Amino acid sequence: MFLNAILLALREIRRNLMRSFLTVLGIVIGVAAVITMVTLGNGATRMVAEQISSLGSNLLILRPGQRLGPGRDSAGAPNFRAADVEALLTQVPSLKAVAPVVSSTVTLVAGAENWSSSVTGSTNAYFVAGNWKLAAGRQFSDEEMRAGKAVCVIGNTVKQKLFAGQSPLGNAVRVKNFSCEIVGILASKGQGAMGMDQDDVVLMPLVTAQRRLTGKTQDVSTLMLSLKDGASSPRVMEQIRQLMRERRKLAENDDDNFNLMDTKQIAEALSGTIGTMTTLLGAVAAVSLLVGGIGIMNIMLVSVTERTREIGIRLAIGALENEVLLQFLIEAVALSAFGGLVGIILALLACLGLSALMGMPFLFNPGINLLAFGFSAAIGVIFGYVPARRAAGLDPIEALRHE
Amino acid sequence: MSSGNGAAPPLIQFRRITKTYGQGQAEFQALRGVDLEIAEGDFVAVMGPSGSGKSTVMNILGCLDSPSSGDYLFQGVPVQDLSRNQRALLRRHYLGFVFQGFNLLARTSAQENVELPLLYRGESPEARHRASREALARVGLNGWEHHTPAELSGGQQQRVAIARAIVTNPLVLLADEPTGNLDSQRSHEIMELLVRLNREQGITIAMVTHEPDMAAYASRIVHFVDGRVASDERTAEPAPCS
Ligand SMILES: Nc1ncnc2c1ncn2[C@@H]1O[C@H](COP(=O)(O)OP(=O)(O)OP(=O)(O)O)[C@@H](O)[C@H]1O
Ligand SMILES: [Mg+2]
Repeated sequence: MFLNAILLALREIRRNLMRSFLTVLGIVIGVAAVITMVTLGNGATRMVAEQISSLGSNLLILRPGQRLGPGRDSAGAPNFRAADVEALLTQVPSLKAVAPVVSSTVTLVAGAENWSSSVTGSTNAYFVAGNWKLAAGRQFSDEEMRAGKAVCVIGNTVKQKLFAGQSPLGNAVRVKNFSCEIVGILASKGQGAMGMDQDDVVLMPLVTAQRRLTGKTQDVSTLMLSLKDGASSPRVMEQIRQLMRERRKLAENDDDNFNLMDTKQIAEALSGTIGTMTTLLGAVAAVSLLVGGIGIMNIMLVSVTERTREIGIRLAIGALENEVLLQFLIEAVALSAFGGLVGIILALLACLGLSALMGMPFLFNPGINLLAFGFSAAIGVIFGYVPARRAAGLDPIEALRHE
Repeated sequence: MSSGNGAAPPLIQFRRITKTYGQGQAEFQALRGVDLEIAEGDFVAVMGPSGSGKSTVMNILGCLDSPSSGDYLFQGVPVQDLSRNQRALLRRHYLGFVFQGFNLLARTSAQENVELPLLYRGESPEARHRASREALARVGLNGWEHHTPAELSGGQQQRVAIARAIVTNPLVLLADEPTGNLDSQRSHEIMELLVRLNREQGITIAMVTHEPDMAAYASRIVHFVDGRVASDERTAEPAPCS
């Protein structure tokens, strides 16, 4: 009986190829859309979350000028000096570290290899502020920082590019026009936002960078401030603002000529936005799943007259109600399951491709796969099976007369 | 099956069968108390004007429809006491039905249509194949096995329907105007086939027809008028029971 039902179900699927194809298509589209959207959204959220955690403790960035963004520049506003760093550290107790930062993109040469990278000049506070750990070697000594010695700490990517296989510690790298001794190697952080490589960096003492690369000697245009754990960032930000206004001798009704931003807030806002987008896309996808479902329902209802007559014929020539129902159930399950599987495969291929393209992590989410598959299968089975159940409960002659 | 033993109940017995369609104002009594007995091996032609209830009687005989009142005994067993599944098994194993409107499965080849009753009987693919080709040959349709109903003429579809009803060698063959769409030569060929089935295999036949020519092949002619049996005449002895 079961084999017969499978045979009959497969025959009906083959005979009504268009109907079967449309049913499968509805399910494929719905399932693929939902899974793709949600998986990509999850990947984007994860990416931002990783970025936030790689920032480490709460990090503030202080720059001269009124506000970041187009049309505003820092031309008129003075840069920061070493005294500002001291003042911040002593007068704002919630700050863990204050790192003055200058940076420049230069070509590095070691042996026959060369590589273009970003060089950052700062103090040891930068390791704290940037949440950098050392994989090998050491930080800068006080002497090196004060005298502006030619020493540097390199990121993992720079190490790979210039010193494939061997340990660079103690070796020299040529930075622009001077030779610099490598004293430390940073632990890898991996890929950052939008596929940016965070390990493609070189650190050197602030004074060294100022003298030999950026040309300025005394001041810096960026301070990175790291908060102590548990400090309330709005309150600390207000303290810093007041202190800087005082130190820059701004009058009561002058605008700030510096700009303080909280990177974590930005990142959190960004991840919030992405979360909202994911929800939105998920909703759009859910609608497409629903539309797919309605499409299936429509196809099934359109064919219900013909199918009711078919059921009448089968009953009239001696089929049992259960045999007819089993056939219809197998038909519905086969189509829905096939559609669901194709949808999942399509979605996974699309997700793999798209997340590679966008430099996002690919997160397989079994929950959403199961949910989408279950929902579409339920639609297929309900709309394929329920009308059949009604028809199979009729007297054969009533089913045959159905219009 | 029962032998010539006089104590055995007739194969089919209708006792004051009525059938009412619709309700209230639209109520219509298609059968108004039909008493009818059909013995095994009989060949009954059912005649009567259009709307007199012939198809209604056939549907009830075929266990496709239930009477509104009265008793239908099949081999002495009241059909209304059987479950849905038992009635389905009765249709499967004892009855063959030719519908006035053919009722073939769409987009399904003639051969697969004819095989269907055998499939529900659980016959092997080889047996189904052989029997269905043979049945199609008997109604003059060899060479048409792979055509679907849409590719067949009305008369050819009717013959596929007949092949489907006889392929199981049923105990009773119920045919509602089996020659309604056929030319007279085909009609006579089909009637000769039915007579052979009746005489040689002892298949009991009830057949609706409007044509006296066709009714002449039967052993007994029952006339319906307004949902009642108006006359019932025997024209030949029933076939000896097998
Ligand atoms: N499903 C139905 N609902 C309501 N009335 C019906 C139904 N089926 C049949 N009837 C009525 O019952 C009566 C008998 O119908 P039936 O089909 O038995 O006639 P018939 O003798 O087979 O006619 P014909 O020779 O035209 O096939 C008709 O008057 C018809 O209108
Ligand atoms: Mg009729």
